[in-house]
Amino acid sequence: MADHLLSIMTFFPLLGMLFILFIPRDNDGLLKGFTLVVTLITFVISLPLAFNDVFTTSGGMHYKEFSEWINIDGFFQMNYNLGIDGISLWLVMLTTFIMPIAVLSTWKAVDKNTKGFMALLLLLETGMLGAFVSLDLFLFYIFWELMLIPMYFLIGIWGGKNRIYAAVKFFIYTAVGSLLMLVAIIFVYYYALQSGAPINGFGIQEFYMLDLPYNAQYWLFLAFGFSFAIKVPMFPLHTWLPDAHTEAPTAGSVILAAVLLKMGTYGYVRFAMPLFPDAVQTFIPLLATLSVVGIIYGSLVAMMQEDVKKLVAYSSVAHLGFVMLGIFAMNLQGMAGGIIQMINHGVSTGALFLIVGFIYERRHTRMISEFGGLAHKMPIFATIFLIITFSSIGLPGTNGFVGEFLALVGAFESGLRWYAVVATTGVIFAAVYMLWMYQRVMMGKITNPANENLSDLSVREIVVMMPLVLFVFWIGIAPNTFFEKMNPAVEQLLNQMNNNKVAVVEIQQPVVANLLETK
Amino acid sequence: MDANLVQEAMQNVNFQAIMPSLVLSVFGMVLLLVSVFSPRGKTTHVAWLSFIALIVTGFVSLNGWNNPQAGFAGSVVLDNFATFFSMTCLIAAGLTILMSDSYLQREGYPVGEYYPLILFTTAGAMWMASGTDLMTIFLGLEVLSVSLYVLAGFFRGQTRSNEAGLKYFFLGAFSTGFLLYGVALIYGVTGTTKIDGIAQFVQAMPDSTSNVMFIAGGMLLLTGFLFKVAAAPFHMWTPDVYQGAPTPITAFMSAGPKAAAFAAFIRVTIIGLESLQADITAVFWVLAVLTMTVGNFIALSQKDVKRMLAYSSISHAGYALVGLVAWNEIGVTGIMFYMLVYTFMNMGAFAVLVLVGKKGEENLTIDGLAGMGYKRPVLGIVLCIFLFSLMGMPPTAGFAGKFYIFAGAVKAGYIWLAVIGVLNSAVSLYYYLRVMVSMYFKDEGEDFAWVSMNTATAISIVIALAGVLVMGVIPGPFMEMAKLAGF
Repeated sequence: MADHLLSIMTFFPLLGMLFILFIPRDNDGLLKGFTLVVTLITFVISLPLAFNDVFTTSGGMHYKEFSEWINIDGFFQMNYNLGIDGISLWLVMLTTFIMPIAVLSTWKAVDKNTKGFMALLLLLETGMLGAFVSLDLFLFYIFWELMLIPMYFLIGIWGGKNRIYAAVKFFIYTAVGSLLMLVAIIFVYYYALQSGAPINGFGIQEFYMLDLPYNAQYWLFLAFGFSFAIKVPMFPLHTWLPDAHTEAPTAGSVILAAVLLKMGTYGYVRFAMPLFPDAVQTFIPLLATLSVVGIIYGSLVAMMQEDVKKLVAYSSVAHLGFVMLGIFAMNLQGMAGGIIQMINHGVSTGALFLIVGFIYERRHTRMISEFGGLAHKMPIFATIFLIITFSSIGLPGTNGFVGEFLALVGAFESGLRWYAVVATTGVIFAAVYMLWMYQRVMMGKITNPANENLSDLSVREIVVMMPLVLFVFWIGIAPNTFFEKMNPAVEQLLNQMNNNKVAVVEIQQPVVANLLETK
Repeated sequence: MDANLVQEAMQNVNFQAIMPSLVLSVFGMVLLLVSVFSPRGKTTHVAWLSFIALIVTGFVSLNGWNNPQAGFAGSVVLDNFATFFSMTCLIAAGLTILMSDSYLQREGYPVGEYYPLILFTTAGAMWMASGTDLMTIFLGLEVLSVSLYVLAGFFRGQTRSNEAGLKYFFLGAFSTGFLLYGVALIYGVTGTTKIDGIAQFVQAMPDSTSNVMFIAGGMLLLTGFLFKVAAAPFHMWTPDVYQGAPTPITAFMSAGPKAAAFAAFIRVTIIGLESLQADITAVFWVLAVLTMTVGNFIALSQKDVKRMLAYSSISHAGYALVGLVAWNEIGVTGIMFYMLVYTFMNMGAFAVLVLVGKKGEENLTIDGLAGMGYKRPVLGIVLCIFLFSLMGMPPTAGFAGKFYIFAGAVKAGYIWLAVIGVLNSAVSLYYYLRVMVSMYFKDEGEDFAWVSMNTATAISIVIALAGVLVMGVIPGPFMEMAKLAGF
């Protein structure tokens, strides 16, 4: 079993989905229960990964699986090539961990077409896990696109008023980027073949070893980077995100925030940067600038939102800016900080969307002005909300602090010193918009009579939140649990990028026509 | 006549080479008689008999796999290439026949001649795929077209169908004239109509590109083909004809005859005009971009599903042309693979549309599908899968097909063409998504209530669905077959 752990984990939800198709459509309880069990089992299957000490000693790929998939002599070869290292490990764990929570959050929120909803959730889980464990670019691309379809329907069918606009926008934005990436993937493959590199497929580990000329890297990085930047999303490609987040059902928003956005940042770490290490150097100033703009812009816009869910959505743009800044620092602190911040964002923003879901289910509105003084009626909720708010701001002792601090330190120590300085103001802004929102929603006297009879969190809702609160403190107080398994992989990645770099590359205008012989 | 000459000619005759179209034509003629002697309005047995005819022909044409048969002094050949395209056409015809019977009953035209006509069209298509002489290709094209003109106008009581038939006939006849004139000019220059003879002549001719008559002939010839595959700017007939023709015929036109036209197209260009590669690809580069872009952008604004699919089929012809521009093994194999994939996915989508149409109101609007996803959940999911495949989303066959074609283009160095191609795919997302938006995201409308489920159409949908999924997840064997069939 250990040999095929990743396959079993990836395709178990898909198997569950096939079973769901045979459950009667009006049996809501059974459908939800079954999906919960499937996602829990998937989580259990993935647990041995987190407890395996091999990640602390070796930064390479583990749990590898390899078999030929498509092999047409002289044309191309695609392989079923899976593996996991300390970086993807925690993203995989985040995915399997957040799914049961997302399913639990639907208990009361979804009552229309439950069967379809649950089937799509499970399909989505297979897509996400597959994308994180693929070591073959072609395979990765398939999982990457596969994620789009269920999310499109989740937003479009179960979303809010503007769901159609949001769903179509989400789909087209993401697909445009990935289609360009597809051309880039094909190009890398044929370039490698023609240059006589020893490759037997679209395996990224072999592609890492390629010595691509700078001008090719430039365009390829643009194609990959564009695709991932849409997914992150980086300013100014972020506009699909507030729409998608606001319109999506709670479970959709949670997954979107916790996992799907990480696909973009993960794409940078795993593909765009190590594959094209020279081009990255050229683009770092631009990308770091966009990250910082994203941080400030996201925070400022979040501050002005009247709708809690929109506020959280814009805060995502800011948080992902920290992640990107840390990654582009290209040193251990920055990278590790960026990656842990991906997990943090998954935990705390996922939790925030759940919280928004709780109050929406009670009041069917998300306008800040409709609330006020909820803490009196909902003390447990107030406590949990406050913890999550602190985590989102990055208060010391919570997970957010660890990630943001390391990312900023990393950036400060690298060439991005002044970017880090400016970005730090984002932390202050975060405190402003989060605390101000908390104050207006939870504190003071109850001014709106509709809030008089609100009930506190039910046992189910507390069960949903507890694991997230646990990780807020776990990552905040003992982050080493995570770093010790992540750092070897990050170090290996950084070494490899530095070794592959062709001395110091002058920034030059690419003359692609000569080099690529483009017709 | 000189007895020796006759004897020599007879030796060259090899009926093996034309056996598939011969068998199919004989079946067609017999079935014409069967339908004449059948009671009025009873056509189901004719439908099943013609389906059997297609299966028999399929086995006959498999005879040519890895066993090339040339005949009639080298003007016809049954090789892997012809067999592959014949199979594609036979599958398209089979799916058409399966979805036709109940449709014809519903629309009130249960006429037996319909099925023999499909068989004749298919025979013409197969003839075209195996033609190695411009004259045989022309013959095949005519057999194919004449039957199709009748089929497009088959609903003689409906103005739209009449319009479709007439338009197709006039424009088709015109384009055939172009083609024939091109053949004549080429014959005038080269002294032969055989494709390999032309190839040798062109190779030996140092100034082939400055010979006005030859260039004019080549251009006219290619125009004829471009018309048949509905490439821009020769696409104008497509929307009206596709919209007006009976839905199963529209489905068939978009797959079978188009595949056959591509087969002849590939043979003529890649073998016959090989030494003009640089000039032809330069032209095709522009045409491919134009075809993709025109098809996709006009499809964006369509309200009628059939019309939308008509424009989308123009854009798909554009993708296939990309493979021809690449002019390499992957590109050509990609076209062959793509034509097979397109047969499954497009005909599957049409089969679903056949089911959800109402009598007399078969011109379905996109809004008319509102709520379909809830009223008929299984049918809805199936249509979604076909649409995702048309978009080129993995893991469906449409993705594999597009991947191969664009891979061919990238390998040949046409990176910008591939980029334009994928951006066009991105445009196409919008109009395919619109159908799904209507099916699932709009509040359940009252409009959609009508489905005439029946076994035969269901079978055709299942076959198409299996094709789309199997070729998407394990495309290897099919690609291998296409590779064996390509040049």
